[in-house]
Amino acid sequence: MYGIGLAKGFLVTLKVFFRKPFTVQYPEERLVQHPRFRGEEFVWYEERCTGCASCAKYCPLGIIKIVTHPSDEKPLEGGFYDIDVFDIDIGRCMFCGLCVEACPYDALFMGSGFEEGQYNRRDLVISADRLRVAEKHPSTWYRPQLEERGYNPHKDPPVSWEQVGRENSLTHLSSRPAKIQEYDKRNQP
Amino acid sequence: MESLLEGNSLFRWTYCLLAANEGNSGPGPCGETLRNGLLPAGFEWVAFLIAGLGIVMLLINAFLLLVMLYTYMERRLIGRFHNRVGPNRTGPFGLLQPVADAIKLLTKEDLVPAGADRLVFNIAPVLMIVPVLLVLAVLPFGENSFLANINVGILFVLAVTSMNALAMFMGGWASGNRFAMFGGMRAVAQLVSYEVPVVLSVVGIVIYTGSLSMVSIVEAQRIPFILLQPLAFFIFIAGSSAEMNRSPFDLVEAESEIVAGYHTEYSGMKFGMFQLAEFGAVLVTSAVMTTLFLDGWNGPVLPSHLWFLLKVFFFAFIMIWIRATLPRLRMDQVMDFAWKFLFPLSIINMFVTAVEVLVWNEPTLVQLWFMVGINMLVAIVGVVVFSLIFSRKGISPPRRKMSV
Repeated sequence: MYGIGLAKGFLVTLKVFFRKPFTVQYPEERLVQHPRFRGEEFVWYEERCTGCASCAKYCPLGIIKIVTHPSDEKPLEGGFYDIDVFDIDIGRCMFCGLCVEACPYDALFMGSGFEEGQYNRRDLVISADRLRVAEKHPSTWYRPQLEERGYNPHKDPPVSWEQVGRENSLTHLSSRPAKIQEYDKRNQP
Repeated sequence: MESLLEGNSLFRWTYCLLAANEGNSGPGPCGETLRNGLLPAGFEWVAFLIAGLGIVMLLINAFLLLVMLYTYMERRLIGRFHNRVGPNRTGPFGLLQPVADAIKLLTKEDLVPAGADRLVFNIAPVLMIVPVLLVLAVLPFGENSFLANINVGILFVLAVTSMNALAMFMGGWASGNRFAMFGGMRAVAQLVSYEVPVVLSVVGIVIYTGSLSMVSIVEAQRIPFILLQPLAFFIFIAGSSAEMNRSPFDLVEAESEIVAGYHTEYSGMKFGMFQLAEFGAVLVTSAVMTTLFLDGWNGPVLPSHLWFLLKVFFFAFIMIWIRATLPRLRMDQVMDFAWKFLFPLSIINMFVTAVEVLVWNEPTLVQLWFMVGINMLVAIVGVVVFSLIFSRKGISPPRRKMSV
């Protein structure tokens, strides 16, 4: 029958016309992100970082810059490397997460936000100063210890450096030099 | 019958303020008041000109305001048809979007290409918008309100709106751009072709009414002509949407084929004028369709002007619906549709109407409804038969085999 196809088409558009719009009005309403969402701003715990620069080495684009110097404390007394510069150029980052995978001390996490838009390319470099003061909402991506706890970075409060490690948090709460002293005692001839 | 000019109190007030009323004691336009105007005697025509110009300016501005509203409506409705929201950020519900568009267009650089024919290039947008505004001169907006009730009203409308083809071709030719040129050529081919069925579809109504005046056409509608002339309505809405370059027939500015057609090289407010003319043409065509097919300003309860506006926006909604639904045709399909489908159908419609008017010269209401039945039948049979013929292989040009 002629014209039926035409009428069907008109009915389809009319049906869509009375449907609720699909649009999400962004600044007012947001889509819910997964806890494993690899966000733009990184989360970095200076307390956990030893300055080993594994992240910088594993970064396929070489956009993590670390400058360190040995701290005044002796390593056996709990001293690590002090970090002078820790820059992540997210303007060139592809958010593969290899740096997070590579971090042996669970010091670096993917972020959970996505609103890092800037007017300038050089503003896209995340510096150590910014990472130090930023609110820590680490993504659970490649961090099963967070996921097992059911941590949701989009809802839950920020977590401190003692709570994010793979090991028992008691390890961190007890002072490290004391443990090392115990170890030394045990191994003494 | 009094026109919008004489019936309008603003016109009367301005006229009486200016014109000398000495010796005009009878029931003239100023009534019984004897008061000296600002202008000396013998200059009544100046008063008439100024007062009339005021009314015309008021009308044109009101129309442009409506066009603004229509562009907003079109964008919102198209959005809803696309399952989107449409512009809703500027002002309450996005109502100031047309203002934002206008400000943006006005602040854009006004480019004229180096290879362009400057004069023609600059005239084209003006020539595009003038016909749209000219149609307002003969449109009856409501009971007793029109600027002029000339006895060739619908002919005037058809004659004036066909000037669009010239404007588009001028724009396309003068741009010195091959895509604009293609657009201009397509515009001429398409618009000249579709002029024929549109005019012939109106002829049926004119035969029945016995008058070309828009006002008498409205007054002659005992039942809306959309029922009495369904085939003519179909032809008119198809043909006029082709003349306005709207969606199923928007080859003139097909963005996937030729960049933007005839207005490829236009920028700034010249481009804005093209757009304004196109959106204004939709409103004007809806108004003409309201007058011809949907009983014009007549309607119960509500005031006549409101009824007219409601009907106009109803047709505008249908236009938007068509735009949201139908995909673009090929050029040969467009020409086939005009010459092999609409053209014969419009002649059949004209012939049937002529015979009916010959048989029932002064039809009673029962005979009128009988005519409605006949015309509906003719419309359905005609459309089905012609689409059968149209889709047969021998009629449309054989598809060229793609060579490997």
